[in-house]
Order: sequence, then C-alpha cells, then structure tokens
Amino acid sequence: MTTTIVWIAAALLLVAVYLSWTAGRLDRLHARIDAARAALDAQLLRRASVAQELATAGVLDPAASIVLYQAAHDARQAEEEQREVAESELSQALRAVFAESAQLEAVRAAPGGEATAEELAAAVRRVPMARRFHNDAVRAARALRRHRKVRWFRLAGHAPFPLAFEMDDEPPAVLADRAGPGGEGH
Amino acid sequence: MRIGIVCPYSWDVPGGVQFHIRDLAQHLTGLGHEVSVLAPAEEETPLPPYVVPAGRAVPVPYNGSVARLNFGFLSAARVRRWVHEGAFDVLHIHEPATPSLSLLACWAAQGPIVATFHTSNPRSRAMIAAYPILQPALEKISARIAVSEYARRTLVEHLGGDAVVIPNGVDVGFFAAAEPKAEWQGRDGGNTIGFIGRIDEPRKGLPVLMRALPHILAERPGTRLLVAGRGDEEEAVAGLPRELRDRVEFLGMVSDEDKARLLRSVDLYIAPNTGGESFGIILVEAMSAGAPVLASDLDAFAQVLDGGEAGELYANEDAGALAAAAVRLLGDPERRAALRERGSRHVRRFDWSTVGADVLAVYETVTDGAASVAPDERVGLRARLGLVRD
Repeated sequence: MTTTIVWIAAALLLVAVYLSWTAGRLDRLHARIDAARAALDAQLLRRASVAQELATAGVLDPAASIVLYQAAHDARQAEEEQREVAESELSQALRAVFAESAQLEAVRAAPGGEATAEELAAAVRRVPMARRFHNDAVRAARALRRHRKVRWFRLAGHAPFPLAFEMDDEPPAVLADRAGPGGEGH
Repeated sequence: MRIGIVCPYSWDVPGGVQFHIRDLAQHLTGLGHEVSVLAPAEEETPLPPYVVPAGRAVPVPYNGSVARLNFGFLSAARVRRWVHEGAFDVLHIHEPATPSLSLLACWAAQGPIVATFHTSNPRSRAMIAAYPILQPALEKISARIAVSEYARRTLVEHLGGDAVVIPNGVDVGFFAAAEPKAEWQGRDGGNTIGFIGRIDEPRKGLPVLMRALPHILAERPGTRLLVAGRGDEEEAVAGLPRELRDRVEFLGMVSDEDKARLLRSVDLYIAPNTGGESFGIILVEAMSAGAPVLASDLDAFAQVLDGGEAGELYANEDAGALAAAAVRLLGDPERRAALRERGSRHVRRFDWSTVGADVLAVYETVTDGAASVAPDERVGLRARLGLVRD
C-alpha cells in the first residue's frame, strides 16, 4: 500500500517538474517574440523615417515626394490593426519611386545623399530579416501552445495567442542588389 | 561588439565550415569587433589567438560517415565556462542540429543566439527521434541563417520556421589578384582544365570527369587536366587508357596561394560533384579568379551560378553531357571570355565585404535592445516546487 502511494507521489512529482519545465520553455519563447517584435518595430520605424526624410529633402520630383511622404506618414501613424497594410503600402511606394535606378542616382548625387541612400538600403534589407526572425519565433510558440499538455494545464496563462506579422516587404530591386553599384540588376 | 562563435568540427581538420568560421572571425576582427571562437581541438595544436580549444573531439560514426564530435559532461562544463567568461553580446553557433559543441552551446546559453545551417542533409532517422530533445534547444535561436536557398528549404522542411539566406563569403580580391603560373596555363594550342577536391571521395565527382576525359581528349588532343587534392592517384587514373594517363597531372594538396594561382591559370574549371553540396564555395572561388566554370546541375550549384548565367551546367553524373559541354567551351574562346566577365561581376555578392555586412545586420537585429548572452541558469528542482526562499 505505502509503496503504491510512494510510486504515485513520485509520478506526480515528475509530471509537475515536466509541466513546470514546459511552462519555462513557453515563457522563454514569449520573451523571444517580444524581443523580435521590438526589433521589427525598430526596423520599420527606421525605414519610415528615412523614407520621410527623403520625401521632404526635395531631391525627388514633387509627385514622387508626395507619394513617398504620404506612405511613410501613414506607416508611422497607423493603428495596430492597420499596421500591416500601411507598411505594405510603404513598400509599394518605395518600389514605385525607386523603379528606375535614375532616382537612386539622383539621391546619391545630392549633398549627403550617399549616406541617406545607404541608410535606406540597409533599412529595406533589414525589415524582411527582422520580420522573418519574428515570425519564426511566433511559429515556434504556436507549435508549443497547440500541444495538449499546454492547453489542458493552461500553461500559457493569459498571454495572447501570438500572431505573425504579415506584410509585403519586397525591397526595391535597385536597393536590394547585392552585386554592388554598377553590377547587374537582379 | 563582443561575438562568440562556436565551431562544431575539429579546428585541426580542414573543412568548409572551419574555413568559413576562420574567415568570418578574421573579417569581424578586422572591423574592430572582439571575436572568440570555441572549437574542438587538441590541447597542443597551435591555434590562432582568437580560438579557445574545447578539448579533443571523439570520432563517432554518425549519419553514414565518421564525424569528430564533442559531448559529455566535460565538454558541457567547458562550454558553460566559455559562455560565462566571454560575456558576449551575441552568440553565433554553426550547425546546431548536429550532436556537437554547437548543440551544447545552444543548451547552455541564453540571450541573442544566431545559428547558421550549412548542410542540407536529407532528414535522418536520428533527427526524427531526437526532435523532441532538439526542439527546446533550437527554440532559443533568435535568428537562423541558411547558406543557400536550397539549405533554407531543407531547414524549413525538417525543423519548420524560417531563415534568412546569407551565402558563404569569399575573399574575392585574393583570388582575383593571384599570379597565374605558366606551367599550369595552356601551351602550344592546348588548354588546361582544373579540378580541385578529394580524389578518393566519389561525391566530388572525379570519376565522372575521368569517364568524360577520353571524349574531351579525342576532340581536343592538346588538353591537360590538373587535379589538386589528396587521395590515391594510381586508383584515380586506373579507368583511363594507358596512353592518356600523362594528360592528367596530380598536384597533391595545394596551399591557398597555389589554389588561387591554379584557378587563375586554367582555361576551364570543372566541378563534377554528384551530390552532398549545399553551397559550392569552390565555384565562387573559381569565378573570383576569373576561371570559366562548368558544373553539374546540383540545386546548390545552379543557384551559385545564377541558374547557368554565370557558369555552364550539365546534367549531373552524365559524362557524355560533361564531355560535350567541355569540348564546346574549349573550342569557343569568346564564350569563355564572356563567362569570365559575367562570373567576376556575379561574385561581388559573395565577397566578405557584402556577406560580413549582412551577418552583422543579423547580429544587430537580434541584439537591438536585448540583454547579452549569459549561461542558462537551470532552475533547480526545489525552486520549481517553490521550496526556495529568496
């Protein structure tokens, strides 16, 4: 009789330790999502800022300036629910404005333009990077949260179910070209 | 930035991953970052100052070949100490899905962890079995890098999630500036063909090239084949008719300098690999040196060669197709000149200046606002049960 009780107690203890360990794992994943989301926000903000700077600098033609300014402004001011759409529209605006390499050349030729062009190129390349890391963390957390042990024992507590950040982050071809200035378009 | 890099394979054994880590560490150090590399190595082997030895690797049969790996309590303790003492801003581990130092580091550390997946092995039975054990460790990785689109695809299929593609780097300038060697260049109207790789490793494809060689020599009798790499030379030419054997010259193992000079000298570089390649750094090196490239149409090769734009492709393992393409290229200097020119423009994206900037961008993305790397303090049993009072 006593041995049975001891065995049951031991089994319960093991289950408790396992559940506690899983909760710790989940906690770490949530922390990773938070960090990845903060990094993504920082990159998006950086991109919108450089775009807005360019739009108000007067190096682009008035039509392009207005389009870019509007898109950058909307991306920065968007409500959380509208964020993905607004950021996608900024990507589209950037692609439209920098459809030809002549526009980029014009920016580079302006005083201080070289640095701005570099900043913009870095920003449009880092947004997809940060988004991929964020969505990778989200996927890992969702996979664990869908597991029976997590649902049955409510290990996730009140944390909201993590959502991927979906947007069009395709950079303008002239800025994404890794062959360097003067290289072939790709 | 303080960067800790974990190399899973023995530092004293040459290999693609080791070279990649060496070049990355040197490039980052050159930019003013503090880099420490933890790698399996014998205590007495001479090491560069930035390498910390993690003890001797044990040869173990794994995944169809003998891998030299580190595991066990001693290695785990060393990894923890290195993580603790290093106080790194970011930890960059390589090949975390192999049972090695990288997996131990992933297990022992917390904070911003970046991982590079080099190979694109088909899913192994061991990996499926180990998946539940692997997953908690892999979950800690904040950013995954795959060395090619092909490697990324395998990674996504096997482990889920996503990765950014950053190719392996090459010091393009080093290869482009190498001095050609007259004895390796074509003479008296005959051309030279280059091959670099292990002779006795069938996947490097020398047997395919040997089968194609009689056809090539029948059409272009003056051609010479230069083979650099270790292995049994007698055995390599055994299938070749006796009178053709002197058209093959074995150079043995060559230094980096001689490799660059060889690639600068030859009229055509052939990569007849039959499989097991996830990137194809040698093709980038050949293009950097301005050698026209003819390669088998492996996924990874096709990608490095821009789908056949920057170098020519032939159907893998088809000696006839290889011979036909080689004969055509050797007889068409204009096409080779076009390939040289296209290749040297194409390789700029693989130069360390580009690749290093991308790797640093990943580091900066994951360290933005995050705490630095620290040992993962396992919560004790008593703490879990709420028995410990602070």
